[in-house]
Amino acid sequence: MRFVLALLLSLAALLASMPAWAQANQQADAAPLQFRDAAEETRFHALATELRCVMCQNQSLADSNALIALELRREVLDLMRAGKSDGQVKEHLVQRYGEFVLYKPRVEGRTWLLWLGPALVLLAGAVLVVVLVRRKSAQPLPRNDEPQEW
Amino acid sequence: MKTSRWLPLALFVALAALLAAGVWMSRKPDRDVLPSPLIGKPAPEFALPVLHDPQHTVRLADLRGQPFLLNVWGSWCVECRVEHPVLTRFAETKRLRVVGYNWKDEPADALRWLEQFGNPFWLVLADVEGRAAIDWGIYGAPETFLVDGAGIIRWKHVGPLTDAVIADELMPALQQVEAAR
Repeated sequence: MRFVLALLLSLAALLASMPAWAQANQQADAAPLQFRDAAEETRFHALATELRCVMCQNQSLADSNALIALELRREVLDLMRAGKSDGQVKEHLVQRYGEFVLYKPRVEGRTWLLWLGPALVLLAGAVLVVVLVRRKSAQPLPRNDEPQEW
Repeated sequence: MKTSRWLPLALFVALAALLAAGVWMSRKPDRDVLPSPLIGKPAPEFALPVLHDPQHTVRLADLRGQPFLLNVWGSWCVECRVEHPVLTRFAETKRLRVVGYNWKDEPADALRWLEQFGNPFWLVLADVEGRAAIDWGIYGAPETFLVDGAGIIRWKHVGPLTDAVIADELMPALQQVEAAR
């Protein structure tokens, strides 16, 4: 019983820590991009951290020093200045490089399990715990001289 | 209590199966390669100068009619040198036009590279800025695209071409393109 609980708890902890992998840490931009104002810079950085570098695949566009990341940062800034919304900028890159560039995949037929999976596992775990606890408490307490299973 | 005794084992087996599936799915050496969303779609429009004649601009429309292979390379690219003999051997078969896409390179360096190692290309386009490459979804050199006569991208390979890749992937794709015409 305790083992099951421990397993469930560690699973829950594992799932809870998952978004941390996906979060890219903010870092000073190496490329000499010139921003017009602070608002533009903030928006650019927010956007670039949500886009994955296609070359070095565990870094965001904001963090990467790969050649292509430099190019794409420039492209993102140009698209922003052309009046494109964040969604349009992302779509522009997705059309060329695929869904992979998005750190947050869109909720759709193929990705619903990715989004809802952790919640489903947590729910299943909660149901399991409730059922086990109910069943256990319905039984009379074992006498001390009886051999325990766990 | 009988079922809950087996529960940890069942959970362990389920978890082990999940992890094994993850390992199994990532067994391919080219697992980092991104599938191009452009396969089956029209190649992006471009207008790029010819490396050997910068005054002359080539557009996608100029290449239509017959299929061609587009090979992305740069003189700075180490893997391109590895690929070069393979590509040269393939180009010499004259199976189809091999168009070079000189990506983010100094034209002088590119010309020297071709002089030193030989020029297997039917035509070399120069994309010094690397702007047009974004439309192609290019993210590293070498990359190779197969574009059919109608200008549709049919196949893409990321990384150096090998004889095996040409025989097992490119040739079947090319035969399909030719059969469809």
